[in-house]
Amino acid sequence: MAEVANNTPPIVPGQIQAAEEKAVSPWKEAWKSFKKNKLAIVGFSIVVFFILLAIFAPLLAPHDIAKQELANKHIPPSAEHWFGTDEFGRDILSRIIYGARISLWVGFLSVAGSVIVGSFLGIIAGYYGKWIDAIISRIFDIILAFPSILLAIAVVSVLGPSLRNALIAIAIINVPTFGRLLRSRVLSVKEEEYVTAAKAIGMKDSRILIHHILPNSLAPIIVQGTLAIATAIIECAALGFLGMGAQPPTPEWGKMLADSRAFIIEAPWTVLFPGLAIMLTVLGFNLMGDGLRDALDPRMKN
Amino acid sequence: MFSYTIRRLGALIPVLLGMVFIVFIMIRAIPGDPAQLILGQQATKESIQALTSQLGLDKPWYTQFFEYLGGLFKGDLGVSIKTDVPISEEVWPYLTATIELSLVAMLFAIIVGVNAGIISAWFQNSWFDYIAMVVALIGVSMPVFWLGLMEQYVVSIQWDLLPTTGRDNIRDPVEAITGLYLIDTLMAGRVDQFIEVIKHLILPGFALGTIPMAIIARMTRSSMLEVMRSDFIRTARAKGMKMFWVVYKHSLKNALIPVVTVIGLQTGLLLGGAILTETIFGWPGIGTYIYEAIGSRDYPVIQSGILVIATIFVLINLVVDLLYAAIDPRIKYK
Repeated sequence: MAEVANNTPPIVPGQIQAAEEKAVSPWKEAWKSFKKNKLAIVGFSIVVFFILLAIFAPLLAPHDIAKQELANKHIPPSAEHWFGTDEFGRDILSRIIYGARISLWVGFLSVAGSVIVGSFLGIIAGYYGKWIDAIISRIFDIILAFPSILLAIAVVSVLGPSLRNALIAIAIINVPTFGRLLRSRVLSVKEEEYVTAAKAIGMKDSRILIHHILPNSLAPIIVQGTLAIATAIIECAALGFLGMGAQPPTPEWGKMLADSRAFIIEAPWTVLFPGLAIMLTVLGFNLMGDGLRDALDPRMKN
Repeated sequence: MFSYTIRRLGALIPVLLGMVFIVFIMIRAIPGDPAQLILGQQATKESIQALTSQLGLDKPWYTQFFEYLGGLFKGDLGVSIKTDVPISEEVWPYLTATIELSLVAMLFAIIVGVNAGIISAWFQNSWFDYIAMVVALIGVSMPVFWLGLMEQYVVSIQWDLLPTTGRDNIRDPVEAITGLYLIDTLMAGRVDQFIEVIKHLILPGFALGTIPMAIIARMTRSSMLEVMRSDFIRTARAKGMKMFWVVYKHSLKNALIPVVTVIGLQTGLLLGGAILTETIFGWPGIGTYIYEAIGSRDYPVIQSGILVIATIFVLINLVVDLLYAAIDPRIKYK
């Protein structure tokens, strides 16, 4: 498109300057409507806030997260320790700030994994159809036939409890979401005239898939991906809470909750703040995802 | 409709077989010797061998698979290693406990969610609408285990209103007849126990029902808003029909399809959420059953427990699909 624009003849003074009115790209259009959506901007800000927290954790955390001072055990929220301290005298605020790294890392990476694997399988199933489609679709059906957290628990119980395995489990359970999405996109795009045209001029399948079908599926992937990050963060915390995710002393939010449960009577703040952090992050991604859906694809709205 | 039901049931068979296969393979993919893992480091060679053959692990995997599958057809879910009791007998009280909790949670979610959604749509952009939708937004993002802990802290510990854990009073346990304690206590004519059971159900039911409630409320609202803009609603209003009937009869009926879809999906998700809720509230349900089995490496229980939940999940989804036709005669299955 840019080349075409550059080839237009220079505008001569006195002529009608119709050439200046360029077509607005659909992404710019979407950004415009996203900006107008207040809730979406709130969500976006929350997400950016936590991303900054994660990136600059070493600078922002007021205390060492590993240092245990039993003398400072269970100090209520104060000027020194905004969110109080836990049963080992560790500063909860600092641990929550570092915890943002873990939750966001698991969220982004697991969803990236699901998107890549799911898109690949979905595109193949949709484009080639027949028995390939039948097999892949049945596999998706079977994965979706399990309640997701249960399947994640099962996968982790096989692989062994660790943050990495929790991430893998979360990625696996989200694969069919993207697989089905891409498959249905391919099925509808495949019938478009420009794909027929591409085929007619002898374009290879792989090129059609990468250059035509994938870009046309980007918007729903972004929307679904944002919402999936929210779910992934909750699932990561849930696995951590059940002792099947991050292991101590990793400051994972779900694990922090599980560890401080026993002290809920004497030190309720140890349970309150990690949970608030989870909720706020998830809320941010949910709001942003809803906003993106409205902005990018109004037809996807139910 | 009948032939459609039959065909859908037929289509379930490959999915169910696939599920059995996946769970079967997964349990066998655990690195190391399961018998060794179960018995620990000190186990003698003889005891390991004995357990290996008891589990049937000395046979080729396909023989194991078909034996397991054959057993499933006969209702044989295997035998728990820890308790040595057949799982099909042992699982029942756990299953009914989960069913009771899920039903209560879902009932709460549907009643509150659907009505909040309707009222929000009816009085769109009112303060009720705003508050309901903010609460729903927060509800959707709420980790169920955290909500449970907060409930316990505020309601049980601070206010001392409701019990924190369990299904009934330990000192006065309910005699199980159906396994659904709400029914059992009434059958036994024990109103005091019935109230006790309700008290135990409120906190976990609320925690488990919050997310579906929020999602149902949002879906009902958007679906209602769409229907209420249509021509036949304007006609109903124009002929002087009371707004209440327009909303609850004409609009609701037509707005219900997406709501039912969501309710069905959420009922399935509820089973997953139940696992977390149960661990927090010490609820003796199937989630606790599987979770404890994972802790003690009781593989037959893990395998069959997961299958039981997944089968229920699949069946619920089928029922939801069939319900569409009942609600909306425009949908015809061929």
